[in-house]
Amino acid sequence: MAADDFEAVAAKAGGTVASFEVEKLSLGERLQRFLHNYPTAAPLFVLLLAILAFYVIVGEKFLAPFNLSLVLQQVTIIGIIGVAQTLVVLTAGIDLSVGAIMVLCSVVMGRTAIEMGMPSFIAIGLGFMVGALCGAINGFLITRLRLPPFITTLGTWSIFFAINLWYSQSETIRSQDIAEQASLLQFMGISFEIMGARFTLGTITLILLFIGMWYALNHTPWGRHVYATGDDPQAAQLAGIDTNKVLLSVYIVAGIICALAAWTLIGRVGSVSPQAGQTANLDSITAVVIGGTSLFGGRGAIFGTLIGALVVGIFQNGLALAGVDVLWQQFAIGLLIILAVATDQWIRRV
Amino acid sequence: MFKKTSIAVALSLSLLVPAVSHAEGAVVGLITKTNTNPFFVKMKEGAEAKAKELGMTLQSFAGKVDGDNDSQVQAIENLIAAGAKGILITPNDSKAIVPSVEKARKAGILVIALDTPLDPANAADATFATDNFKAGELIGQWAAATLGDKAKDAKIALLDLNANQISVDVARDQGFLKGFGIDLKDAKKMGDEDDKRIVGNDVTQGSEEGGRKAMENLMQKDSGVNVVYTINEPAAAGAYEALKAVGKEKEVLIVSVDGGCPGVKNVKDGVIGATSMQFPLLMASKGVEAVAEFAKSGTKPKNTDGLDFVNTGVELITDKPVAGATSITSEEGLKKCWG
Repeated sequence: MAADDFEAVAAKAGGTVASFEVEKLSLGERLQRFLHNYPTAAPLFVLLLAILAFYVIVGEKFLAPFNLSLVLQQVTIIGIIGVAQTLVVLTAGIDLSVGAIMVLCSVVMGRTAIEMGMPSFIAIGLGFMVGALCGAINGFLITRLRLPPFITTLGTWSIFFAINLWYSQSETIRSQDIAEQASLLQFMGISFEIMGARFTLGTITLILLFIGMWYALNHTPWGRHVYATGDDPQAAQLAGIDTNKVLLSVYIVAGIICALAAWTLIGRVGSVSPQAGQTANLDSITAVVIGGTSLFGGRGAIFGTLIGALVVGIFQNGLALAGVDVLWQQFAIGLLIILAVATDQWIRRV
Repeated sequence: MFKKTSIAVALSLSLLVPAVSHAEGAVVGLITKTNTNPFFVKMKEGAEAKAKELGMTLQSFAGKVDGDNDSQVQAIENLIAAGAKGILITPNDSKAIVPSVEKARKAGILVIALDTPLDPANAADATFATDNFKAGELIGQWAAATLGDKAKDAKIALLDLNANQISVDVARDQGFLKGFGIDLKDAKKMGDEDDKRIVGNDVTQGSEEGGRKAMENLMQKDSGVNVVYTINEPAAAGAYEALKAVGKEKEVLIVSVDGGCPGVKNVKDGVIGATSMQFPLLMASKGVEAVAEFAKSGTKPKNTDGLDFVNTGVELITDKPVAGATSITSEEGLKKCWG
């Protein structure tokens, strides 16, 4: 064949330039892709559906600004802890010790202020330091000793809780004593009203924390490193990310957020009880999972957790207002968890 | 502590039957529901002090969480192996623990249920407990008498423990309603009453957080709530915070059960109107004494007349006494409180 034949051959070829095959997607596949791109859409849909359903069942009262703002108050603690949990879950880990860290921090704040008579701001600062220290212990065990997060935090959960019982002597510090001697501890409980809705400084903190963490995760190198480490730690390392450093920072930040939750908890219940927060670890995981963050790491949106916490709060409040027995609240939340994880498995297949 | 005759009896018995000797050095086991609740912490303190006084060795065990039966089964096995003379137990699961208790009794161990009876109650040699129904009844009567004529238009919120309908939860709730003068329907079941004065039941897990949330939800159901029954004092403190947040804390009567020191201080401060005090230290110390007596003479404790348990007593604490209900003030209560 002569070289000039090229043109002739080329002329015979199809005129279309390189193109992708246009896939014909079924409705289900489109939904699957949509959810893959917007993991928060599914929980948001459930939230709106739940609000609508309870409006029909319970009536006007349910949608009253006061009631809706009440639900927000009720999910404040779990929402804040949920931020810590989301961070950890994004790195494909899990933190079972969050509730114990929170209670320990609240007891440290309460006892140093009331029993030892330290100035409130120092007591709160000490609480935050204890939170950071607990997180650092978790992070150290996971990154240096290479222990799996589940087992590590299962162990530290027990340890932190035992220290809490020892330090607090299982004694509750009363709201009245705190109000008298260290009212700064109850700062987060200060409330105000806007058009019939009631907010506390705790709920404002919750919202600011979510906005701050959304920014950090999406618009800072650290945030991108967290996602990368969770998605594929080896690829992240090859890309030059010090994954151990990222993991350690995640657990320390989670510990500090738990201390923030502790301060908020004192504001909400007034008192300091070493018995508090016993289910906070599982509740926060519930919020994270319903919020669409994948337990396999690397995928999920921080606002999903807020929505997840709200879904649980709306169900509890709505079913209570409808006069439904508590065991059905548990039943409904169990169904939601299964549904959320099933959805996650489905959208992972894209 | 013990009369000379009983020592003489014990000595003579010890000559006859070496196995039934004296209490000195005998092992007594204490198994509590958890080791976190101050109620059980005090119970342990009471048992330790009494065991030391009588020269006995106390071995304590606890469930990991409320409802943890497995750990209690293990504890009984360990105590049988350790050759304990007696076991004092607050069962996490009144029914599930029975086979293990039977094993212990077959091994010649005196088993006493503290605070919570077994099911059936006679599966244990004895039960030392608060009459929880009576505890509820006292605060119910107090609330009704305090309201006077207004009691017939009362709006009552019931803040219970959890959804499991466990015996203590049911007895206090139903006792309160009976004391207040409400038809119970089935006295073994909470929430089946149809009296219009009841706004609703909600659960608190016996914690401050739970108390606050339950109160908030019930107030959403009916903002006119003016009587609040609470399963324990932490739940009452949480309910108070919820009322305070909407400026209603002065218009609502809160009643509770327990007699913990923070709770009694809350009676003093007017947070809680009245509370029924129970005596965990007494349950434990009487339990240890009964084991000592059994180790010495083989006699088992007898129930209080008319009840299927040994009543360790309950006392109404309030600073606003009413006619027809004997009570002591919070000042006096603070001397007797626990935890």
